[in-house]
Amino acid sequence: MKALTVRNIVVGALLVFLALVPVYSQMTGNLFLMTLFTRIVILAIAAVSLNLIMGFGGMVSFGHAAFLGIAGYAVGILAHEGINSGFIQWPVALIACALFALATGALSLRTRGVYFIMITLAFAQMIYYVGVSLDRYGADDGLTIYRRSDFAGLINLSNKTTFYYVCFICLVGTCYLVWRIVNSRFGLAIQGARSNERRMRAIGFPTYRYRLTCYVIAGVLCGLSGILLANHTDFISPAVMHWTRSGDLIVMAVLGGMGSVLGPVMGAVALLVLEEWLPHAISVVGEFVTGRPVVAAKEYWALILGPMLLLVVLFARGGIDGLLEKIRRG
Amino acid sequence: MLLFVEQSLNGLQFGLLLFLLAAGLTLVFGIMDLVNLAHGSLYMIGAYFAATFAALTGSFVFAVLLALVATLVVGMAVEVIALRRLYGRDHLDHVLGTFGLLLFFNEFVRLVWGPAGLSLPLPAWLNTSFQIFPGVYYPTYRLMIIAVALGVALLLYLVVMRTRVGMLIRAGASNREMIGALGINIKLLYTFVFGMGAALAGLAGMMQAPILTVQIGMGENILILAFVVIIIGGIGSIRGAFIASILVGMIDTVGRAFLPDVLKLFLSNAAASTAGPALSSMLIYLVMAVILVWRPEGLFPAASK
Amino acid sequence: MADALLSVEGITKRFGGVLASDGITLSLPAGELHAIIGPNGAGKTTLIGQLTGEITPNSGRIIFDGQDITALPTYQRSMRGLARSFQITSLFADFTALDNVALAVQAHAGNSFHFWRNARTEEELRAPARAALERVGLSHRADNLVSSISHGEQRQLEIAMALATNPRMLLLDEPMAGMGPEESARMVKLLLELKKQYTILLIEHDMEAVFALADRISVLVYGRVIATGLPDAIRANAEVRQAYLGEQEAVVVNG
Repeated sequence: MKALTVRNIVVGALLVFLALVPVYSQMTGNLFLMTLFTRIVILAIAAVSLNLIMGFGGMVSFGHAAFLGIAGYAVGILAHEGINSGFIQWPVALIACALFALATGALSLRTRGVYFIMITLAFAQMIYYVGVSLDRYGADDGLTIYRRSDFAGLINLSNKTTFYYVCFICLVGTCYLVWRIVNSRFGLAIQGARSNERRMRAIGFPTYRYRLTCYVIAGVLCGLSGILLANHTDFISPAVMHWTRSGDLIVMAVLGGMGSVLGPVMGAVALLVLEEWLPHAISVVGEFVTGRPVVAAKEYWALILGPMLLLVVLFARGGIDGLLEKIRRG
Repeated sequence: MLLFVEQSLNGLQFGLLLFLLAAGLTLVFGIMDLVNLAHGSLYMIGAYFAATFAALTGSFVFAVLLALVATLVVGMAVEVIALRRLYGRDHLDHVLGTFGLLLFFNEFVRLVWGPAGLSLPLPAWLNTSFQIFPGVYYPTYRLMIIAVALGVALLLYLVVMRTRVGMLIRAGASNREMIGALGINIKLLYTFVFGMGAALAGLAGMMQAPILTVQIGMGENILILAFVVIIIGGIGSIRGAFIASILVGMIDTVGRAFLPDVLKLFLSNAAASTAGPALSSMLIYLVMAVILVWRPEGLFPAASK
Repeated sequence: MADALLSVEGITKRFGGVLASDGITLSLPAGELHAIIGPNGAGKTTLIGQLTGEITPNSGRIIFDGQDITALPTYQRSMRGLARSFQITSLFADFTALDNVALAVQAHAGNSFHFWRNARTEEELRAPARAALERVGLSHRADNLVSSISHGEQRQLEIAMALATNPRMLLLDEPMAGMGPEESARMVKLLLELKKQYTILLIEHDMEAVFALADRISVLVYGRVIATGLPDAIRANAEVRQAYLGEQEAVVVNG
């Protein structure tokens, strides 16, 4: 079916690894590993959804994290008001995301390029401030979610392993859905619009409606990620939708590779694993070299991430996908 | 009524500060076609430099002057070392590259100055009130900000409209390839423009510093407002940036002050107190949305490329 | 004219102080191949832009197939049967030739709100696309990326895409731009074929091709049509000779 390239083997191995994280976690008793990878899987869903509009659609949105917040607050607010049923929370959250995407997308998509980036940024900031001003729901401090979404006993999300697999299946499902979309008539229309919008109009495509639909789909998929994130952290706050979080999602997609459906998954794994382990590695190495404990290891990571991003942009624009493809040829 | 005058002046002052920030952004975008997310970092660095120099020299004015020079140097250094390679690339590349710079600056500041932030106290001679009308007092310092910002705006206007450099800038904003073809030293022009933008941002940061604290990430929120200004005003247009900045500054400040009261006329007190703050925050973005429906290119777009 | 497929009535367009189109009036009956010639800067690009809907005229009307399309957006003109090719090649560079043409077919095969089925396996899209490629002689390049085929082949692909949209009329903007003599001759042969089936508005600099193909010719100078008529009449027209043909090094007298 698919070519047995280095890249495909790596991706396949990664998916197998992700499927087996709980097993490994149980065996070694390292529960932190499962917590970390639950978060990674959840954010991977968000990154894949962003790449649908960004990598395939050419719409660079700097406000995608807004959907994480909107969905999270939908769950959180309903839970706060005593509605814990997932059968109500989840559809409400997804519909809220769809409506926000429709409203902001309808306006933003009338613009191009830089304007689009800035406008999506502005709308996300707007929603962030709305979150900050919700005194009843914790404002800046956020809102604790005391019970995870309840599915009338059908599935128990409070069980960490069960929850991990729910997230994993959502990831696989999202990737499969995006893959089908990308290769469908709709997907080709979107990719065509990215490649040459003027051409698309000349051959008869009303590109605006397809882009808007794509934007809504991506928003809803990110909403799924937001629902899971709120359940995972048992908490929601405006910080989830701060624009730098949108930046993180963009980094994941670019780092993994914007040209493929699974690229962002690799990006999410790479970024979050680095974020977790590099400070630790710096600590260890630093202590070894200087003989003294390294105090602000986590801050050195942030110091490295910035220039690293610039280097990726300048020299490894195709992301991990691109690097792995080179191995085949080189 | 008194409150309205005060809030209007505050709005004007805030708008003018936004203009300093937006002018740099729109210049850099208009000429180098570069989206600079790290512009807010220069705003922050200006404030940090000013606070540090003030503590070292004990003189507010001296500190501001030194900090201006320092920010200009940092701006030009950033352009030469990092940003130069991004010209001509995809906007996404700019966004990512400057986002990386932003992260770097935040952490760099944290490492050098610590996480706690600094303060820049006003000297006694500025920490007074000025009587603008009989019985109406307004902080001298804020008046000075308005004066300085208007002065800078005028200076900017003169430079852009009346000097050779300004002519190159205007030409570049409407047709980038042409100024290259004219054989002008593009690299120098770009570095100069970027440095100018950085200095403007730093000036805004240090002027704002005594009013708000000097802290990490202080540039980010105001940067987004600067983006809104540019969206409303039209990219590449300084005149558009000026008008839009005043508009945004006034609407945001006056809106926040009076919207809850206006709402109370239509809604119950309880509803108004909940919706008030939320709507106030959203207000300027809603205005932006309305303007976009009517004019997607902004109010005064520079000649299209 | 009663049976004109395309009727351009007094189209005027100003850009600031420049009058790019000055009351242009044309009339194309169905089945005609009408050539527009003129020196560079005559306003041919602006005219095409207004015909396709990318530029809005300041005044005047455009009537296509009996309907006023002056205010119609570009994509709807395509749906009405007005197809165009670009002077500067404008294709989907990161897709194959077949993908390019299939997209053009897709645009006219109902809406694209289909999210599941792999569009590259849909025969109802692929078959007409292959047929269009065959028609222009590009079948051997179907699975090559556009970025890897020659310039001349890209120009042919432009024509194929226009054909794939089931048009009634073709607006061809300098299809022979950048082609060598062999490729040009092939293109002329293709256009002679297409002429039998489609109404064509041809903008061209290549005089040999123009006189071989055109039923009628209009001459555009400084945004104005200074002459319209049969090829022989145009060749003999003194004003035209002075303004345009006189500047040409080699005017091929092709009987």
